[in-house]
Amino acid sequence: MLVFENVSKVYPGGKRAVDHLDLEIGEGEFICFIGPSGCGKTTTMKMINRLVKPTDGKILLNGKNILEQNVVELRRSIGYVIQQIGLFPHMTIRDNIALVPRLKGVPAEERNKRAEELLELVNMPKEFLDRFPHELSGGQQQRIGVLRALASNPPLILMDEPFGALDPITRDSLQAEFKNLQQSLGKTIIFVTHDMDEAIKLADRIVIMRAGQIVQVGSPDEILRNPADDFVRDFIGKDRLAEAQQHFQTVGQIMNPDPVSIGLGATLSEAVRTMRRRRVDSLLVTDDAGILRGKVTIEQIDRNRDLDAAVADLMERDIQTVRADTLLRDATRNILVRGSKYVPVVDARKRLIGIITRTNLVDVLYDSIWGEEDDEEQDAVVNEAAAAPQTGEGS
Amino acid sequence: MNMLQELLTYYQQNGSYVMEQFVRHFLMSAYGVLFAAIVGIPVGILIARYGRLSGWVLTAANLIQTIPALAMLAVLMLVMGLGANTVVMGLFLYSLLPIIRNTYTGLKSVDLPILEAGRAMGMTRAQRLFMVELPLSLSVIMAGLRTALIIAIGVATIGAFIGGGGLGSIIIRGTNITDGGAIILAGAIPTALMAVIADILLGWVERALSPANKKRGIPAAGETTEII
Ligand SMILES: Nc1ncnc2c1ncn2[C@@H]1O[C@H](COP(=O)(O)OP(=O)(O)O)[C@@H](O)[C@H]1O
Ligand SMILES: [Mg+2]
Repeated sequence: MLVFENVSKVYPGGKRAVDHLDLEIGEGEFICFIGPSGCGKTTTMKMINRLVKPTDGKILLNGKNILEQNVVELRRSIGYVIQQIGLFPHMTIRDNIALVPRLKGVPAEERNKRAEELLELVNMPKEFLDRFPHELSGGQQQRIGVLRALASNPPLILMDEPFGALDPITRDSLQAEFKNLQQSLGKTIIFVTHDMDEAIKLADRIVIMRAGQIVQVGSPDEILRNPADDFVRDFIGKDRLAEAQQHFQTVGQIMNPDPVSIGLGATLSEAVRTMRRRRVDSLLVTDDAGILRGKVTIEQIDRNRDLDAAVADLMERDIQTVRADTLLRDATRNILVRGSKYVPVVDARKRLIGIITRTNLVDVLYDSIWGEEDDEEQDAVVNEAAAAPQTGEGS
Repeated sequence: MNMLQELLTYYQQNGSYVMEQFVRHFLMSAYGVLFAAIVGIPVGILIARYGRLSGWVLTAANLIQTIPALAMLAVLMLVMGLGANTVVMGLFLYSLLPIIRNTYTGLKSVDLPILEAGRAMGMTRAQRLFMVELPLSLSVIMAGLRTALIIAIGVATIGAFIGGGGLGSIIIRGTNITDGGAIILAGAIPTALMAVIADILLGWVERALSPANKKRGIPAAGETTEII
């Protein structure tokens, strides 16, 4: 819905605040601009509602060049929220919220209804409508700031560090509240911040800027997994990267590469022997090419007295597998939801290459809790815990 | 005691005359300030918007203010002749500085984020001026009018020298006769009274207009359920 084509801004005095910027933003997207102070985030944002005039390039809103539209109408069709909140101190909350509808000539009665409706969205009681901004706390004021931007139901909302001046607890609750609001209303949001946590929490896509240029664009996951360069890596920060590393651990990284398996042609008595030897209660069944075909459990064998029968006749064929490059967190979800004790890991050709068990997951959990600490004693505990169940855990 | 006696006698005998001069005095001052407001407020708005003019205009208004009142009225008299109109003209010139300066200061002191919010929400220039800038600087502008009116009430006393009438004529009469102390007081007391009352009334209006003093309809946020 919004396209930047080769947009630059040079301020009088020669400061190049935005430098050949290209970007395309889709309907309903939540975009966070992030970067160090002075990198041109605010300038980029203000060019969209023409508070700043681009020196060069084109900005298209729904296919139309914004410079060719009536500036007043353009602004009334774009919501705007700033860090300093900027409520009008001489107007009541009601008048503040309903300002754009008033400018557009909406009758007073309708405006009032709209103001009440909006106030309900953020769970504030009606009494607030007749108060003045200075009677509200900072967090409440910024809620009103957001409502004011929503008042005439604009499809696009620009927000310049809107929660930057609030205390951390208020900020957290406003972030969550606002993300919900955005999703339920389907707005396109352009949100400037210098707080990476905020960007990760809110954004569908993050745009990382430096010195007026875009360094990287991507979803929070993409950026955390593949930072484009050292600048981005520094900006994300070591801690967050390490955390992300864990977040993005794959099944292959933690699986037990030595699953207990048996050939298709083996007899049940052979299977029982293997189970005893390896101290497991089920076996994965593979064919000659190592492709996973099914599994047999000790209960199944118990029920079938003919120990000379082939494993292939008895095995359960319909089993769930994961690929080694699956994210651990997704696999975990499967294991937990389905209640399986383990999941075999296969490669692209369905060959059995490993297994993850609940024990593996416990190890990971330990690592994420204790792993960052240098304390040797704790390391020892973790290693023990990790090492013990490693052997022969078939199920 | 004697003086007080004389004063009371004077008021008894010339009550309606004093009243007449009081009203005349007030009207001259008020007209001067009114015309100055009609000119000065728009000029203040203009120089607040086009910053480059502000230096020149404020310097000029300042210069007018430094001319002694008597000299100014004398010069005006040469051009406009005797009479109340000349006095009003002088008061007009004197009132310009406080009115222009306060309008300018008032508009300039509106918070930038608030102005930007207005712009970003699609207010036209006129809407920004009338819905945001003027309401927010109204109390400062009122303070300018108040200063101007008090100065005008004082200066109008001298207007009697060029035939403007007003309470000044009573004072001048007192200075022209021997033992005229009581008569001087008879003119000076109402003048002072007028200035004090104007000051109190306009001060009250000024405070009422201040955005920081908007009434608190309902208990403040912190006293009721805290939402955050
Ligand atoms: N009105 C202006 N005039 C001149 N330079 C400006 C102006 N506004 C911003 N700049 C400069 O442009 C650069 C980008 O500013 P800005 O877009 O506000 O950055 P950010 O919002 O990322 O902190 C900065 O170096 C800033 O000093
Ligand atoms: Mg900024």
